[in-house]
Amino acid sequence: MTITIYVPCDTTALSLGADQVAKELLYAAAAQHLDINLVRNGSRGLFWLEPLVEVRTPYGRVAYGPVKPEHVEELVAAGLFEGSPDHSLYLGDIAQHPYLQQQQRLTFARIGITDPVCIEDYIAHGGFAGLKKAAALTPQGIVDEVKASGLRGRGGAAFPAGIKWQTVLDEPHNQQKYVVCNADEGDSGTFADRLVMECDPYMLIEGMTIAGLAVGATLGFIYVRSEYLLSKRMLDEAIHRAEAQGYLGDNVCGNGRTFRLEVRLGAGAYICGEETSLLESLEGKRGLVRSKPPLPAIKGLFGQPTVVNNVLSLAAVPYILAHGSKAYADYGMGRSLGTLPIQLAGNIKQGGLIELAFGVTLRKVLEDFGDGTFTGRPMKAVQVGGPLMAYMPESQWDTPMDYEAFAKLGAGIGHGGVVVFDDTVDMGEQASFAMEFCAVESCGKCTPCRIGSVRGVEVIGRIRAGENRDSNLELLEDLCETMVDGSLCAMGGMTPFPVQSVMKHFPEDLMASPHPVEA
Amino acid sequence: MHMSERTGHKTVPLADDWNPDMVRQDVAALQHEPGAVLPILHAIQNRIGYVPDGAVPIIAEMLQQTRADIHGVISFYHHFRTRPAGSNILEVCRAEACQARGGRTLEHHVQEKLGVGYHQTTADNEFTLEPVYCLGNCACGPSIRLNDEIIGRVTPQSFDELADKLTTSVLKLK
Repeated sequence: MTITIYVPCDTTALSLGADQVAKELLYAAAAQHLDINLVRNGSRGLFWLEPLVEVRTPYGRVAYGPVKPEHVEELVAAGLFEGSPDHSLYLGDIAQHPYLQQQQRLTFARIGITDPVCIEDYIAHGGFAGLKKAAALTPQGIVDEVKASGLRGRGGAAFPAGIKWQTVLDEPHNQQKYVVCNADEGDSGTFADRLVMECDPYMLIEGMTIAGLAVGATLGFIYVRSEYLLSKRMLDEAIHRAEAQGYLGDNVCGNGRTFRLEVRLGAGAYICGEETSLLESLEGKRGLVRSKPPLPAIKGLFGQPTVVNNVLSLAAVPYILAHGSKAYADYGMGRSLGTLPIQLAGNIKQGGLIELAFGVTLRKVLEDFGDGTFTGRPMKAVQVGGPLMAYMPESQWDTPMDYEAFAKLGAGIGHGGVVVFDDTVDMGEQASFAMEFCAVESCGKCTPCRIGSVRGVEVIGRIRAGENRDSNLELLEDLCETMVDGSLCAMGGMTPFPVQSVMKHFPEDLMASPHPVEA
Repeated sequence: MHMSERTGHKTVPLADDWNPDMVRQDVAALQHEPGAVLPILHAIQNRIGYVPDGAVPIIAEMLQQTRADIHGVISFYHHFRTRPAGSNILEVCRAEACQARGGRTLEHHVQEKLGVGYHQTTADNEFTLEPVYCLGNCACGPSIRLNDEIIGRVTPQSFDELADKLTTSVLKLK
C-alpha cells in the first residue's frame, strides 16, 4: 500500500531544512522498501512547527513537528509511516490543532492541505467555483457582489474594493483596461501574500480573472517583489497550467472572454508597494510616486483604467463569488467586514498565519495564539501593520482589530502584520530605525520624505545623546508634523507614526543613551 | 538543520565575463513587452551577474530611450548592481521582525566575521554583503538569504558554521 507523506515547500519550511527532511524520509522509506508518495504541500502557517511532516491515515492527517533532518531516523523507528503517536513530536490529527480550530479560515481554507500547483487538488477543494459563477454573471453583477460583501483593500488603505472596481467598469469600454496585483509585500512582519502565492497560487489567479471579467480588462500583471523568487516560480507554473485548462486565455471558462496574466518582478524597492510607484515600475521607470488625482482606476497602467488590488483583496474574491457576499459579510464588525489574515511574527513563541473575523482583540492573538514571547521574557511593544505604523504599549492591546478602532488610537491594521518585541527592546532605537528605513527607501520625489527622514535620524540621535533635549524634542515633533502633512504618499506621511508612538508611550527609552550592540 | 548541507547555489558568473551580444540578445528577447526595462535588466543581471556600464548605451539605443533614462532606472532599484559581486551574495535582514529576535546582534556579528560592511565584498571575493528589508520569514527570524536560499533562525554560531563551510580560504578575523 502506498503511504502518503506531506512535507511543506513554502519559504519558512524550506528555511528550516524541509528539503533535507524530505530527502531523509525518502532514504528511510527506500531502506524499508516502502512505497511512499511524497507530496510537497503548502504550509498551514503554523510556523513554529515547521517543518511539519504529515502522514495520511484513516484517522486524518497525522502530523509531527518541528522535524529537523536529524529527527527523521528516530521518527521512522517510532512508527512515523504508520502515524504512530509514540514520539514527542507527534501532534495528532493536524486539522484538530487548536491553533487552526480557533480560526475562521475563508481565504486560507486550502493552504497546507493541497499541493500548490496541482490544479486538480485546487478544484477538489472548491477552487474555480467562484470564477464559474462569475462567468455566468454580467460585469455589473460581479461588481455588485463584491460591493455587497463589504470587502476593503487588504493592502493597508482599506478602500472599498467594489467601489474601485465600479470606477474602472464605468470607464468607456472600447479601450484597454488592466488588473494589477500588488504583490510587493515589503512590510516587515507580513507573509500572507507570500503564503497565497506559494501555497495557493490558483486562488490569486482566480481572483484576478474574476476582477478582469468584472471590469472588462483582458490583461493582468502580478508585481512580485524580487525577494519572493519562490512566489514567482509557483505563479508562473500555476498560470501555465491554468492556461492549459482554459481558466485563463481567450475563452475563460468557456464564456468567450479573454484574460491573460503575467508575473513581473520588482527590484528591491519598498516604495513600489505604493500603487502609483508600482505602476511606474511596471512601465519600466524609476518607481517615483505619482500625484493623485488622476486615480489609477481612471488613468493607471500606461494611462489606462486599472484595478490595483493587494494579493489578499483579490484572494478574498473567489470565496465571495462562490459563497455569496452575505456569507462573507456575516463575519466582522462595524465597517470592517469579512476576515483579516493576521500574521503573527517577531519575538513570539507560536508565530504564524491567523485568519479571523475582524473584531478579535490584539491580546487574544498575542496570548491565546502566540503563547508569549519566543525568548520567554515579558512583551513590551507590538508593532501592528508594518514599519509605517505605531508601536502599541500593553495598555492598547485590548483594542479590537478593526480599521476604525485602530485608527482612533492613531494606530493602524495595515496589511495585518503583528510584530512582537520583548522587554529588551530599546524603543529609541526603533524610532531611529523608522526614520532610517524611510531615508533608505524614499523615492525622493517630495522633500518632507526625502530630507525629513535624514533629519529625523539626526535629531533622534541628538536627543539620545542628550544634546539640547527639550528643543530637539520640539523639533522632532515639528518634523513629524511636517512629514505627515506635507508628504506626497504614505511613505513619508506615515513614517512619523512609529516615531510619535515612541515619543508618547516610551519616552524613557527615547531619552536613554543607545546601548552598544555586541557582536 | 544540518548546516553542513547548506552550500547554497553559486550562480554568479565571474567578472568581465560579458560581451555586447549577450546584452543585445536579452534586449531583443524582451523589448516588445510592455514596460520592458525591468525584465531586461533582470535578464542581464541573471546572465552576467551585474549590469555592466557598457550595457547601458546598448539598452538605451535598442529601446530608443536616453542613457540617462536607463541609468536612472538601474540606480533607483537596490537589486541592480553595476559591479561584479563575490562568489556568494549574502543578504542579512535588517527589518523589525528580525530585529525583535536578535537581528541586530546577527548583523554586527556577520560584519565582524566577514570584515566588511554592507555593499562590500570580502577580500577573498567569497562574499558580497547586502542588507535586505524583509524576506517574508518573519515568524522564524533572524533570516538571511544566501544566493537564492533563505535560511531562518540564524544565530552567530550557525552563521559561523555556514561561512566556514563556504569559505575555501581562511577568513581574516578582526
